[in-house]
Amino acid sequence: MIDLVGYGAFFLTTALIFSLVTLGLNLQWGLTGLFNVGLAGFVAIGAYTSALLTTPDDPARLGGFGLPILIGWLGAMFVGGVAAALTGIATLRLRSDYLAITTFGVAVVVQLVALNAQKLTGGPFGIGFIPRPFGGLAETPLLFNLSNLAIVSAVTLAAYLALEHLTRSPWGRVLKALREDERAAISLGKSARFYRVQAFAVGGAIMALAGALQAHFIGFIAPDNYLSILTFQVWVMLIVGGSGSNAGAIAGSVLVWAIWAGSGALTSVLFAPEQQARAASLQIVAIGVMLCVILLVRPNGIFGERPRRVRFGKRTKATASESGS
Amino acid sequence: MSLQFVVDGLLTGSMIGLGAIGVTLTYSILRFSNFAHGDFMAWGTYATLAVVGAIAAMFGKVAPIAPLSFGWPLIVALVVGAAFTALLALLLDKVLFSRLRKQEQAIIAVMGSFGASMALRSLLEFIFTSRPTYFSRAIQIAMPVGFGIRITPDQIALLILTAALVLGVHVLTTRTQTGRSMQAMSQNPALARIAGIDVASVVRVTWVIGAALACVAGVMIGVLVQIRPLMGFDMLLPMFAAAILGGIGSIPGAVLGGLIIGLAEAGAVQLIGAEWRAAVSFVTLMAVLVVRPIGLFGVRER
Repeated sequence: MIDLVGYGAFFLTTALIFSLVTLGLNLQWGLTGLFNVGLAGFVAIGAYTSALLTTPDDPARLGGFGLPILIGWLGAMFVGGVAAALTGIATLRLRSDYLAITTFGVAVVVQLVALNAQKLTGGPFGIGFIPRPFGGLAETPLLFNLSNLAIVSAVTLAAYLALEHLTRSPWGRVLKALREDERAAISLGKSARFYRVQAFAVGGAIMALAGALQAHFIGFIAPDNYLSILTFQVWVMLIVGGSGSNAGAIAGSVLVWAIWAGSGALTSVLFAPEQQARAASLQIVAIGVMLCVILLVRPNGIFGERPRRVRFGKRTKATASESGS
Repeated sequence: MSLQFVVDGLLTGSMIGLGAIGVTLTYSILRFSNFAHGDFMAWGTYATLAVVGAIAAMFGKVAPIAPLSFGWPLIVALVVGAAFTALLALLLDKVLFSRLRKQEQAIIAVMGSFGASMALRSLLEFIFTSRPTYFSRAIQIAMPVGFGIRITPDQIALLILTAALVLGVHVLTTRTQTGRSMQAMSQNPALARIAGIDVASVVRVTWVIGAALACVAGVMIGVLVQIRPLMGFDMLLPMFAAAILGGIGSIPGAVLGGLIIGLAEAGAVQLIGAEWRAAVSFVTLMAVLVVRPIGLFGVRER
C-alpha cells in the first residue's frame, strides 16, 4: 500500500513536470500560434543551466557553483527565456514554418552541445549529484516523494495561476487577437512581432523551469533525456488536452503520461527482455498514429471545445469540411 | 588542410541536395514543410535493401559490376525502392496530408508530418531494429586523382547519377507541361486552378518526384555510409537548411544549397572535428534567415 502511494507520488510528480512543459507550449502554440518542435532543447537548456549553477564544484568541467536550488531555477528560466527570445527574434518576421524549422535546429544543436561540450555538460555521461530538494529525506522514499510532489505541485499551480492571469490580461488578449486576426490587431497599433517574441520567451522560460525541476527531482541528467521523443510526447499532451486551455494542458499531460507509463509497464510484462526495445518502438508508433488521428478528427483536442471564430468568406470552406467530418 | 574535403563535401552535398529537392517542392507546391521527408529517405533505403535481399535469394550471389561494389541487383532494387517510396508518399498524402492541408492553419499539416515522421521511424526500428546494416561490406580502394584527393569508383558513379537526376528533374520542371503546371501551382494556386490545371495530378507528381529522389539519396547514404532507421531524420535539418538557403521553390537552388552545406560540413569536420558536423546546417540556416530569408534564388513570398 505504501509502495503504491510512493509510486503514485512519483508518477504524479513526473506528470506535473510534463504539465509544466505543456503549459509553456500552450502559451506558445495554443495562445499565440507559434509552432515549436524543438521544445526538448529548451527543457534541456533549463536542466543543464540549473545543474551547472547548483552542483558542487567539479574539476572535470566548468562550475558547479554550489548555489541554492532556487537560484538554479531562476537561472534556468532566464537562460531558457533568452534562448527562446533570440530564436523568436531571428524567425518571427518570417513564415511560421521557418520558426518550426529553426526550433528543430535549436533542439539538434542543444543535443550536440550536451553530447560534445564535455567541459560544460559532462558529455554523454551527463551531470550527476544534482542537489535534490529534501535530499535529507531520501532514506524514507515515501516522504521524499511526497515532499517533492508538493514542491512540483506548488510550482505548477503557480505557473497555472500566472498563465491564467496573463491569458485574461490585456497582454493575453493582444496575443489572442493576433492569433485570430493579425491584420486587425496590427491596425490597432499592436506590434505583432514584439508580442510574439515575448510570448515565445515566456513559454521557453517555463519549459526551462520544468527541465530544472526534473533535473533536481531525479538528481541526474544526460543528453538522452532530451531527444525529439520528448518534444513529441509534449505535443501529444497538448493536443489531447486541447490547445488553448491551460487546464486542458495539465489534464492532457497527466492522461497521456498515464497511458505512456501504463503501456510501458504493459510491454515490460508482455514481452521478453530482448524484445522490449522493439515493443517500445511500437509504443511510439501507436502514439504517433494517435496524434495524426486527433489532428484529423478533432484538431482542437479531445477536451478542447474553444470554438474558433469563423471569419466571413475566408474560412467557410474549412468550416464546411470540419462539420462534415 | 587537404583537398579531400572537396570530394567528401560534394558527396554529402549530393545526398542533401537530392533530399532538399523534395523538401523545396513540397513546401512551394503543397505549402507545408514536411518533417516526414527524412523518413521517406529511410523507408526507401530499407525497401531497396529488402529488394536486394529478395533478388539475392532468387538468383544467388550476383557478381558486382567491375570496379563498383554493387551489381545490377542494386540498380533494379533502387528503381523498385523509389517506386515504393513514391507509393508510400502518395498513400500518406491520401490518408493524412491532403486532409490536413484543407484545414484553416497550414501549420496543422506540419504537425501531422511531425507525428507521421515519429511513427514511420519507430516502425522501421520495430521491423529492422536500430542496428546499422550495409548494402555491401566490401572495402573499395580509393584511387588517387591528384592534389591529394582520393575517390572510389562508387563515389564517382553516384556523383554522375546525382548530376543526371538533377538535370532530369530540372528539364522536367522547366521544359514540360507538367513542370509548368507545377510552377503555376507554386506561384498562384487559385489562378492555376482557374486556368484549368489538374491540381490533383500536380500534387501527385510533386510527391512522386520528391519521394523517389529521397529514396535515391537514402540509397547513396546506404552505399557510402550505413543504413539506420534514424538516417533520414538526421538529414532533416541539412535538407531544410539547403532548401531555405537555395530559396524555397527553386530546384537548382536546393541542389546548390545542398552542395554548399555538404562542403561546409566536410570543411568543418577537418577544421573543428566530426562531432560538430550537425551544427553547420544550423549556423547556415540562421545566417540565411538573418541576412537573406528568401535564399539565393528565392522570390518574395506571395
